[in-house]
Order: sequence, then C-alpha cells, then structure tokens
Amino acid sequence: MNFKHKYFFLFPGLFVLIGILIFPIIFVVRLSLSGWNSYNPGLDYIGFENYIRLFTDDPRFWESFFRLSFLSVTTVILQYVIGFALAHMVWKDIKFKRFFRVLFLVPMMTTPVIMTVIWRTFFHESLGPVNDLLSVFGVAPKWLTDPVIAKFTVIIVEVWQWTPFMFLLLLAGLLSLPKEPFLAAAIDGASPVRKFIYVTFPLMAPISIGAIIIRLIEASKIMDTVYVLTSGGPGTSTETSSFYIFIKGLREFQMGYAASMSFTYLIIMIISLTIIAKVLTKVLLKE
Amino acid sequence: MKTCLTALISSLMIFSPMAYADKWSDQFPHIKATGDIPGDCSYEKMSKKNYKGKTLKINTHAIPVMGEPTALHAEQFEKLTGAKVEVTHTPAGDLYSKAMVPFQAGQAPYDVVFGFSNFINDWKRYLAPVPKKYMNSPEMKDVTKSHMGVSSWDGTMYQYPVDGDRHYLKYRKDVIDNPEMQKKYKADTGNELRVPRTWKEYAQMAKYFNDWDWDGDGEKEYGSAEVMKKDDLMFAAFFSRSVAYAKNPRTPGGFFFDLETMKPNINNPGFVEALTDWVEATKYVPPGGTNFGLGDEIGSFGGGQTLFSFSWDDAFIAAMQDDSPIKNKVGAAPLPGADRVWNRVTNSWENQYNQAPYIVWGWAVGVAKKSKVKDMAFDYLCFFSNGANHQADLAIGRFGVNPFKNSDFDPNIYINSMGWDPEIANSYTQTLLDMEKSNNRVFPLRVPGVFEFTSAVATGTSKALAGQLSPQEALDEVAKEWEAIVSRVGKKAVQDAYAVGVKMEDNKL
Repeated sequence: MNFKHKYFFLFPGLFVLIGILIFPIIFVVRLSLSGWNSYNPGLDYIGFENYIRLFTDDPRFWESFFRLSFLSVTTVILQYVIGFALAHMVWKDIKFKRFFRVLFLVPMMTTPVIMTVIWRTFFHESLGPVNDLLSVFGVAPKWLTDPVIAKFTVIIVEVWQWTPFMFLLLLAGLLSLPKEPFLAAAIDGASPVRKFIYVTFPLMAPISIGAIIIRLIEASKIMDTVYVLTSGGPGTSTETSSFYIFIKGLREFQMGYAASMSFTYLIIMIISLTIIAKVLTKVLLKE
Repeated sequence: MKTCLTALISSLMIFSPMAYADKWSDQFPHIKATGDIPGDCSYEKMSKKNYKGKTLKINTHAIPVMGEPTALHAEQFEKLTGAKVEVTHTPAGDLYSKAMVPFQAGQAPYDVVFGFSNFINDWKRYLAPVPKKYMNSPEMKDVTKSHMGVSSWDGTMYQYPVDGDRHYLKYRKDVIDNPEMQKKYKADTGNELRVPRTWKEYAQMAKYFNDWDWDGDGEKEYGSAEVMKKDDLMFAAFFSRSVAYAKNPRTPGGFFFDLETMKPNINNPGFVEALTDWVEATKYVPPGGTNFGLGDEIGSFGGGQTLFSFSWDDAFIAAMQDDSPIKNKVGAAPLPGADRVWNRVTNSWENQYNQAPYIVWGWAVGVAKKSKVKDMAFDYLCFFSNGANHQADLAIGRFGVNPFKNSDFDPNIYINSMGWDPEIANSYTQTLLDMEKSNNRVFPLRVPGVFEFTSAVATGTSKALAGQLSPQEALDEVAKEWEAIVSRVGKKAVQDAYAVGVKMEDNKL
C-alpha cells in the first residue's frame, strides 16, 4: 500500500510554520544585511556592517542586555518563590480555596499596558496614592525618577502581573503529584517543613524547571512595562534589549540595524536559555 | 494689502456669527460660539458636496490631543457630505512608523495621515502636494508666514496647516504680579519678582517658590513643570532652553550644525550651559517631575501645581479653560533669554542679552500620494481648519489645536468667545505675534532621519538629568552620535535638507 499521500496532510502545518516562523527569520537575517532606514528604504546589501557596528560601536545594546538579564532573572526568581507559596497555600484544604484560586489569577487576566498605566498612576510621585500613604511615615521614594529605585518599580509591576502565571503552572503541578510519597512521609512523622523540602520540592522539580524556563523566555521580552512606566529612563537605567531594539527599529526606523540586533539577541537568548535549562536540570534533578 | 486682507478676515470671523449661528450651530453645537463662518470649506459649502459611497481613512493621534478634533470633524464631515470616514487612533510615538511602514511598502492604507511637522523630510515623497485651489483660498492666505514655511518644503506645501506651535513661557500671574509676593521675594532674596528675562532668573524664582503652599490652597506648589521624560518630546524642551545661549543672531548658518562643515554644534558651550541649567531644574520640579511627559506637564501647570512652565500652548489653554482652578491667573511671555550667548565663530561668549523664539514642530497632516480619494481628503482637511471649527478648537485645550493664522492673534477672539481677561488675552496674542516677527528664530530640525538625531538628544540629555553623565559628557556623546548619523545618511543629503531650515532661520525664505 502506498502511503506517500500521507505527506499531503503535513502541508497545512508546514505552510503555517514557513509563513509565521521560517520566513520571518530568514527575512530578518536578510534585513540585517541591509541598510534599510527611513531615508533609504529597500533591501540593499551592505554585508556585515550592521553586525560590526553592533559588536564594536554600540555599548548601549550590551548595557541594555545586562540590565535585561538582571531584571528577568530577579523577576522570575521572585515570581517562582511567591507563585510557589501561593500555589502551596491553595493546594491545601483552606477556607474559600476556590475564591483565592480565582483571585490570584486576576492580575494575569488584565491587559498589561492598561495595568502598567494604572501602576504608573499609583507610583506617580506627586499625584499617586502610594507616596500619599507613605508620607504618613515620612518617606517618599522616587519610584520612577531614581535610576536604582526605578528598576525595582519595574520588577514590582512585572512580579505582580506575571506571578499568577507561575502560580497557575505550579498549582497544576501540585495537583498532579502522587499521594503516596506524602502518605509515607506522614506515617514517618515528617514535619511540614521536611515534607516540603524532601517530598514536595523534589517532586515539583521538573514542573519548576518548565515554569522557570517559560517565564524566563517571556521575561526576557520585557517591553510594555518599561515603555509605559519609564520609557527606559531615568537616563537609560531601565532600558532593556527589546525596548532598545524597538527604539532603533520603530522609532528611529533603522530597520536594518534593528534586525541585526534582533537576530543577535535571538541567538544569545537561545544559547543562554539552553545553558540555563541544562544547569537547572542538573541542579534540581540531580537525584 | 496683506494687512487689509487679514483685517477683513478677522472682521468676518468676529462679526459673522450673528448671521450664521442659527443655521448650523443647531445641528453642530461645537460651533455654537460663532456659527458657520463663510469660506471655501465652511459648513455651508461642504453641505453642497456629495461623497456618498466613498470612504475616507484617517490615521490620527490618540484621543484627546488632535485625535478628538479629528474624530469630531470626521463625524461632521460625514453628516454634511454623506461620506464614510474611518478614523484610527495611534499613540504619538507610533504615528511615524504607522504611516512609514506602508509608505515604504508602496501601500496607502490611510488617505490622511497625522504626524508632526518635522516628519516632512521623510514623508514628503509619499505625500501629495496641497492643490492650488486650496493654496489660493482666503483661509490659506491667512496662515502665518512661519507656519507656511513649516508646512512646506522648498516652496511646495505637503502638510495641510491645522495647528501652529511654538514654545513660550507660562507663569502664574497671580503670584508674579502680586505686590505682597514681590515684597516678600525682594526681602528674602534681594531680587525683583518679575516675569523672568533669563533662565537664571527663572531658576532663582522657581527655586524660591518650590515646595511650599504659596497660593494658600492647603497643598504644596512647586517651581516648574517641564517635559523631562525620556522619549516623550523632551528633546524639544531642551532646545527651548538652548536657544537663548546658542542661537546667536550674529552667526547665521546653522543652529544645530555648522551648515558649511556639518559639524554638530550640539556640544558647544551654549548647549552645555543650557543642559547645566536643566540639570539644576530637577531640583525645582514637582516630585516625579523628571518623569513628566507632555500630558503631565499640562496637568501639572494647568492644575495649578507650579509657578512656571514652558513648551506648547496646551498647558496655557488648559489653565485658561472654564473648569480650571487658575483661569485668568496665568500669563504668557516669550521664552526666557540669557545674559550671554555663545559665538561659535569666535569660539567665545558674547556678554550681551539674547533671546530667541523656538517655532517648534507641531501637529501636521498630509494626504497620501497613493490615496484614491485625494479630493475628498483635502476637502476634509480644509473643513477641519475652516474658520468656525478652528475657533471652536482653539478654545479647547485638550484638542491641541493652536494659533497658526494671522487672524488668531486678535485678542477679541479669546475675550469674547472664551471669557479670557483682556490683559491676559493681549499678553498671549502679543507673545505669539512677537515670535512671528522675530528675526532670531529657531525652527525644528527637518533633515532625513530626523528621529535618529532627536532620539540621540533625548538619550544624552536624559542621562545628564539622571546624573549618569555630566552635561558636557552627555552632549559630547550626542555630538558623536550625530556625526555617525550624518555619515550613515550621507553628508550631502543632510546638508541639503538642513540648508532649507537654515534659510528660514536666517530669514531668507
């Protein structure tokens, strides 16, 4: 029997894959080898000029990359810790369990840009309610205008927005754990802390790795929060790679150069996330 | 002749409401203050057009600034002509790319595109020139010379005038003109309290009136509200502070660059002095003021939070609206000057007073060359800025429509239609009029890749404001970036385009 016609069934998926993944990547690579900008639109060929500029004459890109690394690692760690704690809480039999499960998901259901506008209003240093409340204690942090504090403001908003995602994944993981190890631990008289350290946490390791990697991929694209909250400022203190690429590409219209940055960034992210996944697997799944 | 024409149009605009108010203002309450005003694109004339079955697509700014009047006039245009008008609202930062991406791809998803007047060099090849019949209309003849220049490129108009912008000083008249405050200020500082003539005076007064309740409303007030947020038009605020120190009427040939060599002037001592002042200003803005965008600035000054502000008209108009707590308590004046000005030819300071108006870029709108409904598109724009709509729009601060016609400088418009105090209306119109007459003006940079240049200024100056770099270091970085951009774009291309702007600055166009 000839089964060659089975390949026809692959075509719809293949077309989609080519249309939304392969073609854009190839186009970005080609674009990165051109000088396309506002005054010279078109796919001319300028060789590796954009890449040479990026690697030899653009410290701002690398600064924004290291800033992004700090922001994404910090936010994901915090989201993991808080998300795990919340998931653990509603995993147990507590009152209003269902209510809390839904409540914790609310931030994720809101539109990021709109929520960031609201956060910006909260943190507004002269009109916002946060400093109004804090003024009772005689403090008025410069949430958006101090280069150091502004980074933490971005972290607060990101953690608030995306911890529910981590919570959801980890709660699903907790609900799928087998009951036997917990029964065995209970029979052995293990305390709740020991039960968490020696049973829950190791069993959750594979899910934790998946959740952390997914969130790291998402966090490494931090853009809307920065765009709305600080526009990368004060100075360049909250400028991330994606925001910098956005400025170069869609503000200054240096399409060719922005493409070279995007492609470089993609390669760096693939390599670094692969390494992080391997390290996490080695550390968390050592047994 | 021109004076007669202006007087005639002004008289028509002031006295015509009596004859037309009943007919059109019932249907369109927006123009209830004046009724229809006769003209080529009046309500009366537009009602005779028939665009049934045709669709006009417009990309404009988000509501309210410019987005609201666009949508309002679109709705009116639909009712009058039978056309269907689809309005898309886009954030300010994305207006350029939203039009540029399809332009470069050879498409015209929008017939009418709103943007800023300094886009003109990049956009002009994709826009249709304004047809002669509109150029010859009495309304167009009423547009000021400087705004004809801003909307045109080398004599060809690509952007239909709907707005006129310049930066000027706004101050709290109830404080600056208050004899008790003047006495107190004199006693405490030894200086006169008056409308600041220089940026140094501005800083002294702003510092003095910072962080205490000087208007007795139970809340603290501050010295100055300024656009300092990175990438939120802050570069324009920096240029406003720079013109006094760096636009020397005795050294024609370029404010931003030396036209002959195309060497950037941006890091010369004049600009550095301005940035040093600006860094100092971070001490007398409201809490969070270094993150203020234009909207925050309007809200802050318009809401009575600060003594001073400078930039576009909007903050002043917002302060003078009926619902403002400080209506008729504000004044308008030219941008402060400086006691010395940099001479880039002799490389030295000239110790004499200098002041220069900044005719900043503002809202601009064009019709796509590839649009299939160009006639309707131009009719819409002509209707947008007809006498009745324009006067009604001027009165609403959030609309972002500001004076650009000679007839707009008649104080009676503001006194009669908007309830302004005559003294304030006079100071406002006189301030704007003096800018039109000045021979030492700066116009916006309008060269290929303008966004690269202004973005570099925003990044550099924001680093200085955040304390990441000293003013000199920051502007050296900007100058280096500008040189790299000139080299990428091509020295000749930038030089040729810049020459047009320099002609305007040197009063040769």
